[in-house]
Amino acid sequence: MKLLVCISQTPDTTAKISFNADGTQFNAAGVQFIMNPYDEWYALVRACELREALGGSVTALNVGPAANETTIRKALAIGADEAVRINAEPPSAGFVAKQIAEYAKAENFDIIFFGKETIDHNGSEVGAMVAEHLDLPYVSYASKLDLNGNTATLERDIEGGVEVLELDLPFVVSAAKGMAEQRIPNMRGIMSARTKPLKEVQPVGYENTVKTVAFTLPPAKAGVKLIQPDQMDELVRLLHEEAKVI
Amino acid sequence: MVDYGSFPPYNYAKPLTSPLLFIIYPSTFIIPDMVLVFAESQRGHLKKAALEAVTYGKKVADLMGTSCVALTLGAVNGADELGRYGASRVLNTSNATFDNFDSQTYSAAIAQVAKENDATVIILSHTSTGKAIAGRLSVRLHAGLVSGVNGLPTVKDGALSVKKSVFSGKAIAEYEVGGAVKVLSLMGNAVKPEVTGGVVAVETVAVEVANSRIRVKEVKTQEGTVPLPEAEIVVSAGRGMKGPENWGIVENLAATLGATTACSRPVADTHWRPHHEHVGQTGIAIRPNLYIAIGISGAIQHLAGVNNSKVIVVINKDPEAPFFKAADYGVVGDLFEVVPQLNEAFKKFKAGN
Repeated sequence: MKLLVCISQTPDTTAKISFNADGTQFNAAGVQFIMNPYDEWYALVRACELREALGGSVTALNVGPAANETTIRKALAIGADEAVRINAEPPSAGFVAKQIAEYAKAENFDIIFFGKETIDHNGSEVGAMVAEHLDLPYVSYASKLDLNGNTATLERDIEGGVEVLELDLPFVVSAAKGMAEQRIPNMRGIMSARTKPLKEVQPVGYENTVKTVAFTLPPAKAGVKLIQPDQMDELVRLLHEEAKVI
Repeated sequence: MVDYGSFPPYNYAKPLTSPLLFIIYPSTFIIPDMVLVFAESQRGHLKKAALEAVTYGKKVADLMGTSCVALTLGAVNGADELGRYGASRVLNTSNATFDNFDSQTYSAAIAQVAKENDATVIILSHTSTGKAIAGRLSVRLHAGLVSGVNGLPTVKDGALSVKKSVFSGKAIAEYEVGGAVKVLSLMGNAVKPEVTGGVVAVETVAVEVANSRIRVKEVKTQEGTVPLPEAEIVVSAGRGMKGPENWGIVENLAATLGATTACSRPVADTHWRPHHEHVGQTGIAIRPNLYIAIGISGAIQHLAGVNNSKVIVVINKDPEAPFFKAADYGVVGDLFEVVPQLNEAFKKFKAGN
């Protein structure tokens, strides 16, 4: 079983989000960066579980600068066997997908894992792009993945429920809550991560057509209007006349 | 408009073979571009997201001075209705393979129709279906993609500038998309469906796609309730409910309002409520018009999934609950007293309106 897990680095969930004065740059000062939670908790852990049950290898892949290596080492500590960093400061999802596809096409992975989306761009774009580059089936928002020989059974989150489906290896999947449980790396994992191979690969060319122009912060809330608990008619009146939502 | 002066404008350019084009557009050497909207359906019925996407597509087409064409896949009842929301043509291809969703067959079909019709902008819905297609389609069409847009673009020199929510609702990003073809996916509840025209006859189009490699075994969905991402009013409850047996007051309130029920992560994790009701960062991100949070403290991970709601009402006995900072209206009180009273107040309001 040859498994690839694509990981992103994102600001921590609780990080204060701010930008430089003209809104063109994310302000990284004082921000802690983490492995994108869906990549770590669900995609990476499920890949490691499958490797433990069936043998084979798990490769963690990140498209990013050398500063991301702390995050990549964490993936190795959790259980990936080896890691690859494609050395670039990615300008767009399309760029990232192209790099991953270029690397993966020579490797013949059985399953390529992604998290359902990143918590910074919230795009859910790269997995589908990689699947198309490689002409592979793609199952998104999968909350369950089981293997029986060459056939996988998955559950995919859809609006108001789930879809149960089956397909054969190889394929691309994006992982959602339910696929696995978060793992905290143990000391042995952390120690062994230091010596596991982390290969650097140079990016291929890509013609980018999507440019981030500016970031802004959403308008601040006016502040909560408190209603006394025995004044529910007043709350309904405000929702109707002031907020106009009923 | 596509300027044939800078030929080839498309990655999949069709050479100008027909002299007819010169008769129709003799002076400008341009052909009209087109906005293609993929209108989603489920079990043979158009989704609300489809009406939103066509409404949005029509507005984008107006900005570009072109027309909006809707495409449905599989057997769909009432697809002609899409004309009322602004589609000048409605296309359908009802190959049996489309009865089951597969991002590969769907994106192949949409790409084929887009190419045949020289579509320059393709609009999808940012749903479980649209998210699985958008990336594929952008690769297939060599198109720039922005997923989850929540407002109209501005159009300048053939490029689109468009905004979306990023950092899990904590910021807004504006993107400029160049290139000949663009794909946008529209966030749910970002646009209200608007009737602007009349029904148009559905045209059947043929597409050739390979057989699906995905075998759908079962689709398990709640019948009779509006799915959370589509709901305009959501009534959500958390650990403050003390146990699953107490959910009656939440369900009653939701029934009065025609709302969909949701829950916080601890509630889903302890199986008080089903997994698909969980809203928040690891659950579903929603943006209803009205979000009523009952007995939910408002951890940052929960807010990340609901902070794009238009109006937030928080009911919690703890005045220090962080959720009050993100709320528009707050009630500090015992939810077991407040929620039934709120339900009665809504009932009185409904009876009087």
